[in-house]
Amino acid sequence: MLFFLNVLTSGLLAGLMYAMVAIGFVLIYKASGVFNFAQGSMVLFAALTFVTLNEHGLPFWAAFPLTIVVMIAGAVLIERLVLRPLVNRNPNTLFMATLGLSFVIEGLAQLLLGTDVHQLDLGIDDIPVSVLGLQISAFDLFASAIAVALVAVLAVLFSKTRMGISLRAVADDTLAAQSIGIRLPRIWRIVWSVSGFVALVAGLLWGARQGVQFSLSLVVLKAMPVLIIGGFSSIPGAIVGGLLVGATENLADIYIGPLVQGSVSTWFAYILAVGFLLIRPAGLFGESAIERV
Amino acid sequence: MSALVSSVQPANLARREGAPLVSLNRIAFVLALAAIYVVVPLIGNDYWLNSLVIPTVVMGLAGVGLNLLTGYAGLVSLGSAAFMSIGAFSAYNLLLRAPFLPLPLALIVAGFVAAAAGVIFGLPSLRIKGFYLSASTLGAQFFFEWLFTNFHWFSNNSMSLTISAPRLEFSGYNLTSPAGRYLLVVVTTGLLVWLARNIVNSRIGRDWMAIRDMDTAAAVAGIPIASRKLLAYGVSSFFCGIAGALWAFAYLGTADAHAFDLDKSFQILFIVIIGGSASLFGNFLGAAFIVLTPIVLDLIVLWWNLTDYVDQGSLTNLLRIIFGLIIILLLIKEPDGLSSLIGRLARRLAAWPLRI
Repeated sequence: MLFFLNVLTSGLLAGLMYAMVAIGFVLIYKASGVFNFAQGSMVLFAALTFVTLNEHGLPFWAAFPLTIVVMIAGAVLIERLVLRPLVNRNPNTLFMATLGLSFVIEGLAQLLLGTDVHQLDLGIDDIPVSVLGLQISAFDLFASAIAVALVAVLAVLFSKTRMGISLRAVADDTLAAQSIGIRLPRIWRIVWSVSGFVALVAGLLWGARQGVQFSLSLVVLKAMPVLIIGGFSSIPGAIVGGLLVGATENLADIYIGPLVQGSVSTWFAYILAVGFLLIRPAGLFGESAIERV
Repeated sequence: MSALVSSVQPANLARREGAPLVSLNRIAFVLALAAIYVVVPLIGNDYWLNSLVIPTVVMGLAGVGLNLLTGYAGLVSLGSAAFMSIGAFSAYNLLLRAPFLPLPLALIVAGFVAAAAGVIFGLPSLRIKGFYLSASTLGAQFFFEWLFTNFHWFSNNSMSLTISAPRLEFSGYNLTSPAGRYLLVVVTTGLLVWLARNIVNSRIGRDWMAIRDMDTAAAVAGIPIASRKLLAYGVSSFFCGIAGALWAFAYLGTADAHAFDLDKSFQILFIVIIGGSASLFGNFLGAAFIVLTPIVLDLIVLWWNLTDYVDQGSLTNLLRIIFGLIIILLLIKEPDGLSSLIGRLARRLAAWPLRI
């Protein structure tokens, strides 16, 4: 039983990391209806930029805001060069454009900043501490605290500030929002900047765990089932979905894996997501806007 | 809208009522066929056939498979490479365990195995649409790579988990030479493209396009949406499966499951975008682009003596950037891809020096 609980907790904590990446998707999806495939490469780009600055002698408090500035500049460029010319095109086209974008960002990140694996030390040791009899890594606890704080900040931002309210208006009804004078390009720039920020936080947490390297951008692929289970348009959904995927994936790896000669975690989440799609196409928390024919 | 109008018209090669039997198009078509089947194997040297022509044709065939699904039926797939791997591993096992099967029959059966898998992973399309569907095909991508790596029966318990080309022969002719493999690839592709063209111009193709353009209207018009969608997945996977078998045996020679990874799926998707969705010929343009760009980039580096500045790693990254930029640029400027660009150029040239 204790073993089961340990497997469950470590899965849940990994799931929280998935959720962090998924939140970046949800932000952009809500505001522009785009499934941003480039979110994973943004995670890679942000983490690489931060690590490179850090290795050149900049301390955390200088490198962090500088990376944010870089991400905001990237968001402005993306809005101007990719999103604006593609306005009003169908979602599939936009999806493929972000796929192309992810190739560009990954290529740029590695061309400019190198392909080496960078170690990233945030000053939190990966040592197990005992909580209620369970062995939990101190780093995981730290990461979950950050994730919870991030979600809290985003929630306040979206419900209390003028910017957040106009963003929700766009998400609710783009045409109506435009007609009352909300500037769509500005909203997009803000949303891409915020998800760039989320990408940075996720990249730092993932990067401290497994090193800052190309595989960071593959996290995007795991975010897909998370989003499908949680619903594309809901931040709480992204979190619950992330936790569900992380937990079931870990449990399946431990309990089903040995039966079928090896780790099943590469594909298990997708099958789970497809199962969810068949039962609840809108996800757990999503608005059921998907029509069925 | 323009995509719809141009793609609904019958292909130029089909003879319209009242058209002369020997039109200019037909002559051009016959000449092109003669060039492809006779001249190329005669004059092409082994390097050209092996590393340029064969991969282009096979990738183009895989592009045709995905284009039937994405361009004509409007359904997304990120797992084309998975269905290629199913075709490759099925063909390998069929030829190994049923040696009496002739090569063409083994390829066809392998295609049907891939089609069955495609239908299964296309089932979610009955309840969802759009890019949500990519989750299911992405699942197929990872699942089959895992399956063929972890269950050694599929690769006949070989230590390296690889499958090697069986003896490629057809009614006594040995096809293992580059020219022979070229002919195998090009004849198979020719037949399949002909089949694809006829499917697209048939009722099935029209139904797919109706579903793509507006599924509600298609349903109201009495098109059986569910079965047509599943058929699209099946047909698409059939093409991809055969392309996979050709890729493994006629191009690579020896392959493992990782030869059909996610990057390959993306490449096929790029072929469709670059070549032009809802175009059969465009896939081969897109494939040529995908195959040639890395080679051209290599040559540029060699010719200009840039080897000191550019290493292999930065070349790979440069390639990623180029592909990404081309995709974005095409989506913005020319959503119907190279095939429509070339079609426009041809019309311009036909009216030269006047402008249309």
